[in-house]
Amino acid sequence: MNLRRFFSRVQSAPAARERLKVLLAHERAAVGDSDLVAKLRDEILRAISKHMQIDSEKVSVTMERGAQVSTLVVDIEIPFDVARKAA
Amino acid sequence: MGKVIVVTSGKGGVGKTTSSAALGAALAKGGEKVVVVDFDVGLRNLDLVMGAERRVVYDLVNVIQGEAKLTQALIRDKRVETLYLLPASQTRDKDNLTAEGVEKVIGALKSVFDWVICDSPAGIERGATLAMRHADIAIVVTNPEVSSVRDSDRIIGLLDSKTLRAEQGEHMEKHLLLTRYDPVRAERGDMLKVDDVLEILSIPLLGIIPESMDVLRASNLGSPVTLADDRSAPSIAYFEAARRLQGENLPVMVPGEKRGFFGKIFGRKAA
Repeated sequence: MNLRRFFSRVQSAPAARERLKVLLAHERAAVGDSDLVAKLRDEILRAISKHMQIDSEKVSVTMERGAQVSTLVVDIEIPFDVARKAA
Repeated sequence: MGKVIVVTSGKGGVGKTTSSAALGAALAKGGEKVVVVDFDVGLRNLDLVMGAERRVVYDLVNVIQGEAKLTQALIRDKRVETLYLLPASQTRDKDNLTAEGVEKVIGALKSVFDWVICDSPAGIERGATLAMRHADIAIVVTNPEVSSVRDSDRIIGLLDSKTLRAEQGEHMEKHLLLTRYDPVRAERGDMLKVDDVLEILSIPLLGIIPESMDVLRASNLGSPVTLADDRSAPSIAYFEAARRLQGENLPVMVPGEKRGFFGKIFGRKAA
């Protein structure tokens, strides 16, 4: 066996864990609570677009399931000029 | 009234049938009246794992279609007299399983047995959703490996939305059974750790079954591993999981963690 390879080998389990966490966060949002998340996304979009122009593509609403609590993550990108006008 | 358990996973080949047979036999050995029901219509295997493949006359589909009585289709185990098997059909396809038919059969079984264990087919189609439909408790069988964990996550989502309990707004009890756990690979850091899987899936742990030749040997012989050799490592793990199912509060041992210095050295070499 190549000794150097043996000792320098990187563990693969941490990578597996991180990849799974990222993937499942997305899949849970897409599959698990699809109706609720889609509805929330629509209403949040409508509420915000009353006050400023936003790109509907730049809005992400995701739900993360946890043991005790679930978190709703709303991520909205506001265009530079709109943000300046509002300020 | 007996308890209905579904043994499910999404992914195939993770150990649903092995675990159904092993847990069923473990519970029955303790004097409980147990029936293990094969829902894998068209690809039945529970009969083979339990060594009853030559005794199948009628099956689940025959009972649902009214071609046989439930008592005619049930096969009593030759080793443990409180253990029964309800085989799946090998020739029909799974469209023959109707929601009403399954409901009737499960209802009849749980009025007689203490435990009705439904061995789900892989996938998320009709067979799998019908197997979980009437469950009180779900056992999610997972291997410490990315594709199995992902599929288990999907199945947990279905258990929380498509079962009768979920639809009635009740809590669906779910347990994780981690199978094919390899302590040597875990120690090298090349296998998802127990804590990783628990954190990702966030359901309570029912047991950890070590990867073992004993499981393969038992299925070669047509015996649930808990009947083939009740002192092998996987057997002990299944017996403990069965006790936890019955409500006992037993700590879960992670295989390999109590090995000493020499164990570690020799364990590595064995890989």
